[in-house]
Parts: sequence; structure tokens; C-alpha cells
Amino acid sequence: MSEKTTGPASAAPAIELRGVSKTFGDGDRAVRAVDDVSLTVRAGEIFGVIGYSGAGKSTLVRLVNALETVTSGSVVVEGTDLSGLPERKVRAVRARIGMIFQQFNLLSSRTVAGNVAYPLKVARWPQEKRAARVAELLEFVGLSDKARAYPRQLSGGQKQRVGIARALATSPTILLADEATSALDPETTRDVLALLRRVNAELGITIVVITHEMDVVRSLCDRVAVMEHGKVVEVGDVYDVFSAPSADAAQRFVGTSMHDRPSPDALARLRERHPGRLVTVGVREGASSGTELFRLLREHEVDGSVVFGGISEVGQRPFGSLTVELVAPDDRITTFLAALREHADVVDLGTAQQPVDDPRALRAEHDPQGGPPDPGDDLGDPYGVARDAVLRHGHLGGA
Amino acid sequence: MNRDWSTLWPLLWEAFGQTLQMVTIALLTGGLAGLALGLALYVTRPGNLLANKVVFGVLNVLVNIVRPIPFIIFVTLLGPVTLQVVGTTLGTEAFIFPLSVMTAFGTSRIVEQNLVGIDPGVVEAARAMGASSWRIITTVLVPEALAPLILGYTFLFIAVLDMSAIAGLIGGGGLGNFALTYGYQRYNWMVVLVTVAVIIVIVQLVQWVGNRLARTVLHR
Repeated sequence: MSEKTTGPASAAPAIELRGVSKTFGDGDRAVRAVDDVSLTVRAGEIFGVIGYSGAGKSTLVRLVNALETVTSGSVVVEGTDLSGLPERKVRAVRARIGMIFQQFNLLSSRTVAGNVAYPLKVARWPQEKRAARVAELLEFVGLSDKARAYPRQLSGGQKQRVGIARALATSPTILLADEATSALDPETTRDVLALLRRVNAELGITIVVITHEMDVVRSLCDRVAVMEHGKVVEVGDVYDVFSAPSADAAQRFVGTSMHDRPSPDALARLRERHPGRLVTVGVREGASSGTELFRLLREHEVDGSVVFGGISEVGQRPFGSLTVELVAPDDRITTFLAALREHADVVDLGTAQQPVDDPRALRAEHDPQGGPPDPGDDLGDPYGVARDAVLRHGHLGGA
Repeated sequence: MNRDWSTLWPLLWEAFGQTLQMVTIALLTGGLAGLALGLALYVTRPGNLLANKVVFGVLNVLVNIVRPIPFIIFVTLLGPVTLQVVGTTLGTEAFIFPLSVMTAFGTSRIVEQNLVGIDPGVVEAARAMGASSWRIITTVLVPEALAPLILGYTFLFIAVLDMSAIAGLIGGGGLGNFALTYGYQRYNWMVVLVTVAVIIVIVQLVQWVGNRLARTVLHR
């Protein structure tokens, strides 16, 4: 799998999980929250872990700073194996890992400055150094004027900025973000994601992002792991996962973020309006498929009109597709498609008389219980959650 | 009437002093012990910071056994222990001991209940920063629950004042004893009324201070 190089990628891995499992409870009521997961997070990258609630991603991230201990397997953070480490040493490792939370988890009895100073007190920084560091951090997150405010006086976005400042206080090398934007509105989410990007770019901090929102992965992460029922079902470069998701869950997540392909319903409506041949042409970075599409239309004297589609950025690279109605004699369309397929990923949707279903659109939208049974499906209700995710993202589409 | 009150006022004043002494000492010692016991109950509860089924189970049962014992019986029940600790089973000092013990048990539940309201995420955040359990107890749990704790202790003050009314049982004096001895037993209802008025004033004052403090802590 091709990987985007991310700065100091050649350095030792920031986090290494080797065959990690975590079971809660015992006997009949035992729940395997994390099931034999092996992952490597490289130093300096932004790594996403996406999954529906209950997929085990929150447990997974808590194994990294030993808030939870592994049942089996090992967690290695910057060369230090956490398994079996005494509490005192675990605390030292935790101080090198910052963490931010969905509900911010600020101390309500302390001011903004007091919250940011707290980890410095834990690390026994002297008073004068603390004050200077707190001022510097609040400056970095743009909250210098709120130093003396209490958390209850802040908006959600401001609270998360305080959370980020607090997490960065002791200059950690790793930042864990547990659903850090899930309680925020879309605009504030964008601001916080931009701040996290700065944290990564300017401070070189490795970030692990836990989320159920594919848009967060799309706009922030370099690589992503898709989790389902405690297992990692797909891992790779974000761009690759978006362009060719193989696992069912990965396809559903891509479907919640990308709305460039017509859903079966939308396709039916398109066919009513456009009885001709419909094809979906993938647009990728470097492939210049957009240019090729229009050049080949001219060359083969095929009339083409764009009827659906969208192109946006995935990992800051262009990605999307255009659905085009082709009007020309059949043989010209056939040679045109053959030529186009040399340059781009083409899905033939047929005509209104002879429709062909889009296999990807179907898989992304369809009730998985209607499809081939998934061995782990009995544990949850992925469809319900998937629908929820689609609704939640309706207003974010193409942003 | 006038002649009566000229001797009664000093007695009332003395009783007031005894009550204040009993309640203050019981709240300081029992309240502090109860804070420790309540924190222990909270942190050892399964799923919490220092989860320990055995310790939690023992403490929980102990508190459940002691608390329902009617205080008037508890004072006599604890008599032999009081004799060992204080050296006598009579008088104000002898009464302060069972009062403090019962205050500790009462406090523990109130403290525990106030701590339950703390967002576990805040504790998790402190753990993630590498804070030790002891540091979390002193710099997260207590400060985060301070406002309800203040109100809890205000409530306790009144409960302890209530318990102190039976100090006369073992010659401990106090306002309750004063009202019973010089009022009830001598058919002098004025004495009962005046004593009740004094108690009401104390309670109102303490409640007002408690509310003010809690509000200040919340608004900081």
C-alpha cells in the first residue's frame, strides 16, 4: 500500500501495538473490546482511528497511555513497553502523552490558566516557569484574554482549546484526541481541526485521532485504521482508503463523507430525467482524469453533460467523481469508454432502459443485513448507527 | 418572672456554650474522619480510582450498620468504649466522643454522595496527565465537589446540633438539657420557647453562612 511520507517517518515508531486485546468482565459477561490489534503509528504523523460507538476505539486509545491495561499483547510507546510497568513509571510515560476529550474534562473549580497549569504542577514545575509556560500556551491556542475565566464561562470550542493547551503543557511528543470534535458544531470543528493541524505541523507532535466522523479523517489524518467489533478491519493511507475502501465498514464510512456518487434513489431520479447512458468517472490526483474526460468527449464526438458529482479534498489531495450522461450512437460510446478507462476509473450505470447498478453506491447505502452476513454483526446494529452518521453529516457534505 | 430569668440567663448562656463546644468539636473531629471515610468509600467503589471490593465492602457494611442505630441508644451502647477513651461516661467530654463517632459515620455518606456527582472524565483527565491517586483526591475530587461539600457540612451542623440535644442523658448539659430541665420539667414553657428561639437563630445563621460560602465557591 502506498504511503504518504510524513516528515520524520523514518524515525522509530511513536506507538506500536502488537497483538493487543482487552477484555472487560469475565465469564459469560466478558466483552472483548479490543481484539488482537496490531498497529504502528509513525512519529510525526496524524493517525485516525474510526469506528462506530462500541467498536473499541476509545478503549484502544486508553491502552496507549495505560489508562486501561492490556489483557494480552503489548503496547510500546517510543520504545517503552507499557505492559507490566509499575504505576510510578507509567505516570512518567503518561506525562509524555497529552490527551483531549469529547467532553473537554476541564476542572470546573479552576480558571483557564489554572487548568493549563495543572499538569505542570503535577510535573513539579516551579511557579515562575509555570506562569510563563501557561501564558505561552494560551497565546498558542488564542485564549490569552480568557486566562482568568472559569470553564463554565467558555463556549465549547474555547473549552476544547483550553483542553489542547493543557494537553500540550508538558511538551508531550504524542497527543491523543478522543472524539475531540464530536461535541462541537461544524464551524467550531473546523477551527479545532485547524488547531490540531498546527500542533502537528509546528510542534511536530504525533496525533492519534479517535472519531466516528469520516470528515474528520478526510480533512486531518495522514493514515487511518477502521475498527469494527474490536478489530482493525482496514488500515492505510487515508487517500487509498477513500479511493478503494475494501472492508464493509470502511465503505460505509466513506459513503458518509463523500456524496459525489448518486445513491440508488438519486440514480433512479437521474434516470427519469436523463434516459441516456450514465457513467461515473472517478477524479483522482495526478491522473488528470477530468481533463481527459472532456478531451475524449470531443475526440469521439460524444455529447456529455455532467448530471451529478463532486470533487473535494482528501488528505489535501483532490478526490471525487463526476456522473455524466452520454448521448451518441452506441458504438461511439463504446470506443469512447474504452479510451476513457485507460485514464480513469469508470463505472457504467447503463441507460434508463438497461440500468446497471453502481456496486459501490449500493454497498455504501444498503442495509448490511440485507447483504452477505458479516461474522461479527450480531454484536451491534451497524445500520442504525450508519444512518445516524449519514444524517449527522448531511449538512457537512462536501465541506 | 424577672427573678426567675435573672438566674436562668446565666444557665442558658452556659448551656449555649456547652452546645457550641460539643457541636464544634464533633464537627471538627468527626467531620474530618467522616471526610476521610467518605473519600475512602468513593475511591474504593468498584470502577473508581482505587477500586477494591474488599475494602469497599467492609466500609460500606460498617457504615450501614452504625448509621441506623438511634443516637440515644448509640450513646449508651458506646459507653464502655467511651470509658476507655475519655476516662468517664458522664459529662460534656464523655458525650462528645459518641457524638463525634456518629458524626463521622453520618458525614461519610454525605461526602460520598457529593463525590458521586463529579464527572469521572475529570478524574480520567488528571490520570492521563500522570497525577497520582493522592494528588487526584486532594486537588481534583475535593475542590471539584467543594460547593456541595460545604452545603453537606451545613446540613451536618444542624444534624449534630439535633443529636447534641440529648447530652443531658449522661449529664452533658447543653441547650437541649436546659430546655428539658428548666422548661419542660418545671412547666415553664417560656424557657422551652426561648431555647427553641436560640436554636433557630443558630441554625439560620449557619445555613446562611453555608449558602453564602457555597455560592462563592461556585461563582469563582
